[in-house]
Amino acid sequence: MADADQDIPALERATIIEVTPGAVEEMHRPASTSADGRRREQKADVLLKVRGLSTHFFTPDGVVRAVDDVSFDVGYGETLGLVGESGCGKSVSALSIARLVPDPPGKIVAGSVIFDGIDVLKLNDDGIRKLRGKEIGFIFQDPLTSLNPTLTIGYQIAEAIREHMGLPEKAAKDRVVELLSKVGIPRARDRLNDYPFQFSGGMRQRVMIAIALSCDPKLILADEPTTALDVTIQAQILELIERLSDEFGTAVLLITHDLGIAAGMCDRVNVMYAGRIVETATVDELFETPQMPYAWGLLDSLPQLDDVRGEKLRTIEGMPPLLINPPDACRFHPRCPYARDLCRQDEPELTRRGNDLHLARCWATEPGGWIA
Amino acid sequence: MASTQVVARGAIEPRATTGLWREAWGRLRKNKLAIVGLIAVSILMLAAVFGPMIAPYPYDFPDKEALKAYGFKPLPPMTAGHLLGTDQLGRDLLSRLLDGARISMTVALVVQFVVLFIGVPLGAMAGWFGGRVDSFVMRFTDVVYAFPDLLFIILLSVTLKDTPLGQAMDGLLLVFIAIGLTSWVTVARLVRGQMLSLKETEFVEAAKAIGVSDRNIVTRHLLPNGNGPVIVAITLGIPGAILAEATLAYIGIGVQPPRASWGYLVADGEKYIRSSPHLVLFPAICIAVALLSFTFLGDGLRDALDPKLKGKQ
Repeated sequence: MADADQDIPALERATIIEVTPGAVEEMHRPASTSADGRRREQKADVLLKVRGLSTHFFTPDGVVRAVDDVSFDVGYGETLGLVGESGCGKSVSALSIARLVPDPPGKIVAGSVIFDGIDVLKLNDDGIRKLRGKEIGFIFQDPLTSLNPTLTIGYQIAEAIREHMGLPEKAAKDRVVELLSKVGIPRARDRLNDYPFQFSGGMRQRVMIAIALSCDPKLILADEPTTALDVTIQAQILELIERLSDEFGTAVLLITHDLGIAAGMCDRVNVMYAGRIVETATVDELFETPQMPYAWGLLDSLPQLDDVRGEKLRTIEGMPPLLINPPDACRFHPRCPYARDLCRQDEPELTRRGNDLHLARCWATEPGGWIA
Repeated sequence: MASTQVVARGAIEPRATTGLWREAWGRLRKNKLAIVGLIAVSILMLAAVFGPMIAPYPYDFPDKEALKAYGFKPLPPMTAGHLLGTDQLGRDLLSRLLDGARISMTVALVVQFVVLFIGVPLGAMAGWFGGRVDSFVMRFTDVVYAFPDLLFIILLSVTLKDTPLGQAMDGLLLVFIAIGLTSWVTVARLVRGQMLSLKETEFVEAAKAIGVSDRNIVTRHLLPNGNGPVIVAITLGIPGAILAEATLAYIGIGVQPPRASWGYLVADGEKYIRSSPHLVLFPAICIAVALLSFTFLGDGLRDALDPKLKGKQ
């Protein structure tokens, strides 16, 4: 911890303390703390430390607070889930970490992102470029559009390697072949000169994974990596991400709207709603004792094997709110069946539920609340 | 010229067997008019390169004997070893046309090179950076577009006539550059438009996410995606350039006698149009064939490189 702080200049340290009360700092410890040889050499105690991150979009209709005061940690080698409905700020959070939010109209207006002891938001353009692809890999939602149709698969995988690792052409090519084999593309060497249109959707997502892993990054941001794929391919891709992140010791920030995926993949899960984290817990606790009506709603919406045939699927009534000038109240209250006057007047803080790793933002389930 | 090279690469290079170019070549091959254009363009190119070697006479050699025998009038075609006849000074018309082909094809190349050299970087800059850079570049192209081309070219040729640039290539280089300077606007706008739409694509975001530099994104990811329409625009721009050169030569700007481009030959033969119409006819046919064949080829390339456009016109 002391080491980590020395790496952060005083000014930035002050920012961190300002936006996070010490208690939150303590509670955000990652779950997995298995110690191995590699870990001891590393300088920070967590890989990614996001504090008070706020990303707003300045549109003609007003300021959209897509991400509003979000804090979380990702430990080395940990898989953290970020779940929630569409438009609740999951993707923008991930993009903000790599500073890929399109500017204009988007802007990171507050907070800090400390990646492996580096203050990402203070890096210059060249600095952030060296981080992207090398230290932080990205897997996008739609593999059909994320590959350049006019460049060969081999070129596109080698691109990050060439950009960051400075390997000679031969070695770079060998690495591409190795990566392609690792992600399960048969006859990898023969397929280097193929174009994306010659690959199926699942294969293209495998290629995207190969690109994300190409420089041996410490963190992979996977933004709904399986949403565009059908269910059988989905399972294969998730299994692949899990296996390779274990093998490479890579941390994963997995963004998904599917709690089932989060349950299978993650160590811990953050539930986001309307630009804020509303609950964070280990995956087991979230499924056994969720502490926020929104999380119940999400869990309830999952189809069950023992559902009665012909019965309607359960939903959460209503739509997520527009994020222009959100009310100073619990953002979920219009859709919450348990809402009371307090919820309409004041916004609850993220507070402890049972243990340090389980936080929720809800008046009703707080100690002394009307559901607790 | 650039276009023929690219098409040929698609056909010959074994590594491109599955690529875009092979498919485009497949479509182009089925288009008869385009193939006719391609063949005619190839012949013109060959004539331009090997013209002086196959020409029966040097282009400026006056056949005084024949002229004397014919009473000092232009020889009609098929007389005294002159397949297409001679002009009023006894110079072989075929040889002069072959030299003219050289000039016209050089126009095609040099002008389009200038167009690419100016249009692509400016368009790419405007589209990629957007905002103020975009406004500035686009207003500049509007100004160039609005300026009377011919006037600009004439002014430039007259002002720089005595400089080394004005003297280069018998005075032709300056004319080529002047034509190029007035015709890059279309390509700049085209490239800008493509940049604007392509830079929002997810593969650009993906490239940014792996830390590819802006320059590499533009040159490796964006420009190759848009080079089909650029090739088409360049090919379709060639007739305009040839025509511009012919027009200028007709009014006496550019090529210096005794060299003669096709436009100059038309102007020169005009005086004898009643007695010797072949002096106007053959150069005019050459101009028409060149214009049509490049246009056919360009149209064919557009259909081949962007099949989505086909049938929409």
